[in-house]
Amino acid sequence: MNNETERCGRKMTKIINEKTVLSTPFTEEDIRSLHTGDVIYITGDIATGRDDVHIRVVKEGMELPVDIHGKALMHAGPIVRSTEENGFEVVAIGPTTSMRMEKLEYDFIKEAGVRLIIGKGGMGEHTAEACREFGAVHCVLPAGNAVVTALCTEEITGVEWLDLGMPEALWSIRVKDLGPLIVTIDTSGKNLFEEKKLKIADQKEKQIEEICKRFESVLLQ
Amino acid sequence: MTLNEQVEKMTDIMASFIGYTAIHLPDDVVSKLRELRDAEDDPAAKSIYDMMFENMRLASELGRPSCQDTGLVQFRIDCGSRFPLLEQLQAILVTAVRQATEKTPLRPNAVETFDEINTGDNIGTGAPSISWNIIPAWNGCAISTYLAGGGCSLPGHAAVLMPGEGYEGVVRFVLDRIAEYGQNACPPLLVGVGIANSVDTAAQLSKKALFRSVGSRNPNEKAAKMEQLLEDGINAIGVGPQGMGGKFSVLGVHIENAVRHTATLGVGVSFSCWTHRRGDIVFDKDLSFTTSTHPGFTYEQ
Repeated sequence: MNNETERCGRKMTKIINEKTVLSTPFTEEDIRSLHTGDVIYITGDIATGRDDVHIRVVKEGMELPVDIHGKALMHAGPIVRSTEENGFEVVAIGPTTSMRMEKLEYDFIKEAGVRLIIGKGGMGEHTAEACREFGAVHCVLPAGNAVVTALCTEEITGVEWLDLGMPEALWSIRVKDLGPLIVTIDTSGKNLFEEKKLKIADQKEKQIEEICKRFESVLLQ
Repeated sequence: MTLNEQVEKMTDIMASFIGYTAIHLPDDVVSKLRELRDAEDDPAAKSIYDMMFENMRLASELGRPSCQDTGLVQFRIDCGSRFPLLEQLQAILVTAVRQATEKTPLRPNAVETFDEINTGDNIGTGAPSISWNIIPAWNGCAISTYLAGGGCSLPGHAAVLMPGEGYEGVVRFVLDRIAEYGQNACPPLLVGVGIANSVDTAAQLSKKALFRSVGSRNPNEKAAKMEQLLEDGINAIGVGPQGMGGKFSVLGVHIENAVRHTATLGVGVSFSCWTHRRGDIVFDKDLSFTTSTHPGFTYEQ
């Protein structure tokens, strides 16, 4: 690829042009060496899955029709169009709000054996517990950047459960250097968003007081 | 032009315009994002802004929707009572959404409740949503479009407070929502606050506030001051782009207000993500149009 390619001590991790690139299937060792705040890119196979995929697998007990052990799950509903060659292509793709999947994520990670979850915003204690126990991480991909992200996709390799509609279907996609992915929950259970949320809550009380104090004088004018 | 030709032309213009707004952000939003990026000190936050601008450039260049969640289409209309296509307007907008969904393409997001089926074309019961206002004795029509994404619609909330809770109650209501859900809704957010008598009027005004030009101020001086205080206070919380920290949390705070019942204080809050896809287009009676939000939009038959 280029002269700067080097392998890390980790099995499926390479440094390319100063980017840390992990390839699927991820090893547990690769994933356990990541820490919150790390910025990584991934190459290989991902599957999309959001509310309905989680409900089918966890609540309805349906078998996941694709094997995503050691791979990545992206909370995402892409815009996809048909190609002349009877296939599909990604027009736009980006992460959706991960928190919607929080209640079912522990069981999903356990069942699917997925090692890396890509989404938007934070997740909670269920997910953090699964990350600790099964060796997985949650990462944020900056959202609303659906064209930049679509250009990281190489091919749609399959689709299942299209009866759920385009956004909720389970799309299998091959990606190259997908990122930047910011690790927000690591395998120690450390949770970047929860930490930030506590600071926000603390600041909130101070600001409510400040705004009200200043508005009081406005009302008296 | 026959009536049918006029209907077809307006449908086509609206379908193109909706598609255009999915690809290109309005000028006021782009300027605000540039201002926030330039004033940001945090290197990680700055790099997220840079990615946003790179995405805007690629979306324009490739003609693709800038965000995969092209939302549910919402319209606010000020239609003149003498606009020649007033009677046809509802059907025109429905067809325009269907066409835009196929041509742009937009993501089909409309799920019929109880049937739990995605309709596939963003059309369904009550979709697109249209808020009407008839202007007496005018022959033009002003249409505002908004693509309401899921992530930023999630934190929306309305309630009726006791009048004794006062403006402090309103401030707390808004900031509680930001602190609990703001990180996940694609900040920096545009915040719309409605203050009125009941949940429905407050909620409707909070959405109306999102249709205002970013940076505009409520004509009531005290309300305008409250907008500024909320903006400064929410920014100081430090939500930052993508909720990961930074100098700014919001694109702006807009308040729309109406009377309250002497015994109630209704408050609603609606949010829009950083990729705030709003468009304003104004037609005259001959279907010539102007658009202040997207001066680059042109239409060729």
